[in-house]
Amino acid sequence: MGLLSKKDVALIKDPLADNNPITIQVLGICSALAITAELEAAIVMSVSVLFVLGIGNVVISLMRNIIPSKIRIIVQLIVVAALVIIVDQVLKAFAYELSKTLSVFVGLIITNCIIMGRFEAFALGNGPWKSFLDGIGNALGYGAILIIVAFFRELLGAGTLLGYKVLGDPIEKTGLYAIGYENNGFMIMPPMALIVVGIIIWVQRTRNKALIED
Amino acid sequence: MGLKSNLHKLKKKYEGTKMAPLFNGFHTFLYMPDEVTHGGTHIKSVDDLKRTMNTVIMALVPCLIFGMFNAGYQHHVALGEISKVSAGFFSGEFWSLDNFLIGLVKVLPLVIVSYVVGLAIEFIFCIIKGHEIEEGYLVTGMLVPLIVPVDIPLWMLAVAVAFGVVIGKEVFGGTGMNILNPALTIRAFLFFAYPTWMSGDKVWVHEAVERAGTPDAISGETILGSLAQNNDVGYSVMDMFNGFIPGSVGETSTLLILLGGLFLIFSKIGSWRIMLSSVLGALAMGLIFNGVADIMPAKFFGLANTPFWHHLLIGGFAFGTVFMATDPVTASQTNRGKWIYGFLIGFISILIRVFNPAYPEGVMLAILLMNVFAPTIDHYVVQGNVKKRMKRLKAKTV
Repeated sequence: MGLLSKKDVALIKDPLADNNPITIQVLGICSALAITAELEAAIVMSVSVLFVLGIGNVVISLMRNIIPSKIRIIVQLIVVAALVIIVDQVLKAFAYELSKTLSVFVGLIITNCIIMGRFEAFALGNGPWKSFLDGIGNALGYGAILIIVAFFRELLGAGTLLGYKVLGDPIEKTGLYAIGYENNGFMIMPPMALIVVGIIIWVQRTRNKALIED
Repeated sequence: MGLKSNLHKLKKKYEGTKMAPLFNGFHTFLYMPDEVTHGGTHIKSVDDLKRTMNTVIMALVPCLIFGMFNAGYQHHVALGEISKVSAGFFSGEFWSLDNFLIGLVKVLPLVIVSYVVGLAIEFIFCIIKGHEIEEGYLVTGMLVPLIVPVDIPLWMLAVAVAFGVVIGKEVFGGTGMNILNPALTIRAFLFFAYPTWMSGDKVWVHEAVERAGTPDAISGETILGSLAQNNDVGYSVMDMFNGFIPGSVGETSTLLILLGGLFLIFSKIGSWRIMLSSVLGALAMGLIFNGVADIMPAKFFGLANTPFWHHLLIGGFAFGTVFMATDPVTASQTNRGKWIYGFLIGFISILIRVFNPAYPEGVMLAILLMNVFAPTIDHYVVQGNVKKRMKRLKAKTV
């Protein structure tokens, strides 16, 4: 037996595909719409959620036997808030420009349903190691969708990836723009994020019919 | 053995194969199917979906031909090569072969791209899903080239058509299941994705975009655009009514749209309730704006002060009301619902026109908005009726 048992592997792998927090559990949609216009922001958001959810799940799991169930939501909020503040301060210190782009959305990780959802559904009933894996898995599943959506939105909407002009320069008319290509302004707008997420859900459920609910 | 019986024979051969829907689609386009229902009482009529769709296309053809002439006419007038029309609808300046050829070369590719891309997607989906081909795209394919600017790049149109048919229709289950009018979904996609090609004063006249910034620059602002900027409109009311104005390909001529609308009403394909109530709604909103124009901020003044009935003649209002709002799939189904639905379309389109100069084409957004609300309107109309009857029943039994 290696470091991870079969069950542990499933904890990480399931949320990446058949139990994806965004496309199957339909959690965390708001942030998926808000910060996926640029790939960089989506990556930073994914990493932040990975940190908050990984650590948060462990902390809640460790405290799960001493939290009175009547006030558990408040305790959970305090844990998330503390972790989010750490992320926010780190971003402000080391990536100030980016933290301005992400603006309120880092703060709003607190309200990201995935985090509260995993605390409630998993960390309160499982040990720290398993909770950690579950947190990492769900954050990765969340991040994967975010990055796929942001990839298409930035590529088609702005013609760039991570700020690099991969399709050529729209003003100097180089690359694809020389033959008349133009950026699709609709991709930058929030409705398109919803539609791209919808297409991902469509593709996923076509490949795996078991996911289709009546 | 004529073509008809040969086709029926071929049909037997293709039955059950993967390509069967494709074959049946072409077959029923040419002839009525040879199967008839047996037993029971049925209404017999050849007015199937295809015939209905073809009637709408017939109503659209005059607009298309006029649009071709108008594309050339606007181009030549902007270049100063011919003078503006002077002798009413049948002026020789307008109906010249020269105008028509430019229009043909520019508009025909739009029609072809719209149909090829749209039908290809429909066919692919039918073969994948294994059901009969749905004719829903026949009308959409004709509407699309009529509601875009003449110089729109063909690849943009192709992308938009693909988006509109897949996201606007197929994901909901195909023809008859869509919430939004597919043609307007396509136009809205173009409008938001490529605004530089869908608005402004350069796109409505052929070649204006290429010439921008050169000494030969030409432009043609739409009437809505001029009004939004509080500029004078250089067109007479008769020009607006006849359609000798810049605009999307087929939506300029209120006269021909009116004829098409009457044709739809008399063939009982379009709902006169929707058309009439929509006109009433637009007039009502126009009157309100006329009344308060003086106290409006300056940037709204131009459009608010336009005589209320001009709103029926300019922009895409007439076209949208006659051909888009009456789409039987996305409109309200109940008679009372149709009145409400139509009235709100007219009302909201003028509201958007005046209050949002950036989106002068309010009718597109208004119809899409009301498409979303149509089922809700129907629900309350039906529930209201149920309630009324329950009350009557109660009164009787007591």
